[in-house]
Amino acid sequence: MKKLLTAAVLSAALATPALADTTKAGFIYIGPVGDFGWTAGHDRARREMAEHFGDAVETTIVENVDYGADAERVMTQMAISGTDVIFAASFGYGPDVNSVAGRFPDVAFQHATGYIQDHPNISLYDARFYEGRAVLGHIGGKMTETNTIGYIASFPIPAVIAGINSAYLHAKAVNPDIQFRIIWTYSWFDPALEADAAETLIEQGADVIMQHTDSTAAIRVAEDAGVMAFGQASDMTQFGPNAHLTAIVDNWAPYYISRVQAVMDGTWEAQNSWLGFADGIIEMAPWNDRIPAELQEEANGLVAAIAAGEYHPFTGPINRQDGTPWLAEGEVAPDGDLATMDFYVEGITAELPN
Amino acid sequence: MIRLEKRKEPSKFWRIANPFLAVLLTMLAGGIMFAALGKDPIAAIRLIFFDPIFSETFASYSRPQLLIKSAPLILIAVGLAIGFRAGIWNIGAEGQYIIGALFGAGVALAFFPQPGWYIFPLMVIAGAFGGFLWAMIPAILKTRFNTNEILVSLLLVYVAERILAAMALGLMRNPDQPGFPGSRDLRRYEAAHNAELIANTGIHWGVVAALIAVIFAYVMMTRHLLGFHVQLAGQAPRAARFGGVSPARLVVICLGIAGALAGLAGMFEVSGPGGQVRIEFASGYGFTAIIVAFLGRLNPLAIVFAGLLLGLTYIGGELAQMMLQIPGAAIQVFQGMLLFFLLALDFQTNYRIRLTRGARA
Repeated sequence: MKKLLTAAVLSAALATPALADTTKAGFIYIGPVGDFGWTAGHDRARREMAEHFGDAVETTIVENVDYGADAERVMTQMAISGTDVIFAASFGYGPDVNSVAGRFPDVAFQHATGYIQDHPNISLYDARFYEGRAVLGHIGGKMTETNTIGYIASFPIPAVIAGINSAYLHAKAVNPDIQFRIIWTYSWFDPALEADAAETLIEQGADVIMQHTDSTAAIRVAEDAGVMAFGQASDMTQFGPNAHLTAIVDNWAPYYISRVQAVMDGTWEAQNSWLGFADGIIEMAPWNDRIPAELQEEANGLVAAIAAGEYHPFTGPINRQDGTPWLAEGEVAPDGDLATMDFYVEGITAELPN
Repeated sequence: MIRLEKRKEPSKFWRIANPFLAVLLTMLAGGIMFAALGKDPIAAIRLIFFDPIFSETFASYSRPQLLIKSAPLILIAVGLAIGFRAGIWNIGAEGQYIIGALFGAGVALAFFPQPGWYIFPLMVIAGAFGGFLWAMIPAILKTRFNTNEILVSLLLVYVAERILAAMALGLMRNPDQPGFPGSRDLRRYEAAHNAELIANTGIHWGVVAALIAVIFAYVMMTRHLLGFHVQLAGQAPRAARFGGVSPARLVVICLGIAGALAGLAGMFEVSGPGGQVRIEFASGYGFTAIIVAFLGRLNPLAIVFAGLLLGLTYIGGELAQMMLQIPGAAIQVFQGMLLFFLLALDFQTNYRIRLTRGARA
């Protein structure tokens, strides 16, 4: 492996001596950059970062990379070709990132939404999506006329479960009759499946659709059916100008810029960052005009309170679905609980896949 | 006037020449597409077809990777080809691959963390058995109730995917990692790890199994009575029946072999390159293998080359994305062209174009 590396460095140096001080950043994506959602969000940030640094940075991407052997191969090839920092932009890359990072100790690895950190050259970064979900829940709870919110969920992992819980608690707070219907797709990006899920939820009486999947399919279905929906990761207004109420928009660019800067400066160190409204890593897409002004004000207030640290979306009393107490009156959820969340809160009638 | 005339015998020359011609045409049409995207076509084709094997920078890593990527494709395709020859269309190898992986991983997880030389062989048997069992569903439904095996085997893929998700979330979930789906990493359990047999060659037991399967299938198809029956049933079903070939027996044998081999492929993948049972474990090998089988003209030896070629386009395609920023979708189109040109060219295996004087008719 060492010989290989030397050979790689040597041939790179021989081929392009002028680029010696260019920092190379590689990105691997689970979906296509044209998903208009999650992957689009990361690629938007990559482009902003590349623009920020100009010639000092060279970025490369590989899209549609499956978890497992494929991801491992792509990252290894990136490392061999002299990439300095690799951003693996999906939860499921965890084992693969760790396996490659062990073999390339000089390459910095940045794993989005991950939890495995076996080597000192792996940073984890994530956004507090549950903060945004609280706002969606509040708006959805007030906007629904059928008191039913349909939720398209991807994988039953803590980030997704926490999102459902947060949305539910805040919908329930403004609408005691609220019902959540949840469909799991076991995929991040499958437009056909997401469209089917949206149709099923609408048939079951949902007039507000929330999604934790990456395509715009559900927004289009909602638009056609004349119901409301929330976008995912990017502003999806153009796919349903009437249906699209707002979206949690991911804004990874400032973080990417700071991490690449650290690589350039030689100050890069492994971290575990979990950023929220306060850091600007998530923001709300412009409110749809159909949201009453008063509700818009409330939503703005909620965002401001969370950003200021005055309000935490998981503040007790909150019980688990089975009725056992989780948070006492006034108690705030510890990050550890949220990062490993594997239960629904009280009131959700669906069953968590197990 | 141009007339199409059916050949009396399919042309031997074109049968062999077509795959090469298809690759050339793909390079040409793909090159035009890359040029239209504003990329250097020569560099792109070079990255896809040559650099994974010959480039100084990548080859020492990607050559072994080629075996890792191609071995499951070849293993599955060889099994499928036998059935296809007999006119038995198993489209659900993906499902058999998943169930084989689950059976293999199940054995490993049952023994964890015990050491023992016998664990891996047991996993191999379980993997083959799991795939076999899953293939028996369409087989028995076909022989008993005359259902269509294309439909049944395909739909069982979706059932298998759901079982996979349920296993990753429930029974096989790693108890040390609460909250997260996915089993233990079998690569960290020595007795169950399908490791590289020779370091940095990419050769693991799955590669060895693929080679054995190819030889076995070749001998069977060319030297054994069963192979003759398979061919006969595919080309002249009525004659086969008069000749004493039991169609039901053939269905069971062909689906059984294909299922067992697909199951093996899944088992070698989950215990090696894949590493663990996760919801997203299946990445379409079972479907891609159908392309490999046809690209290899349903001939076990040619399937080896077809599998390597397709594996090459995957690995090279990633390099082309990475080095030249060619969009992933363009790479998929490129791979699609390969099959398209092959099927289109096959036309002249069976037909010939004749230029004739129009008045004669």
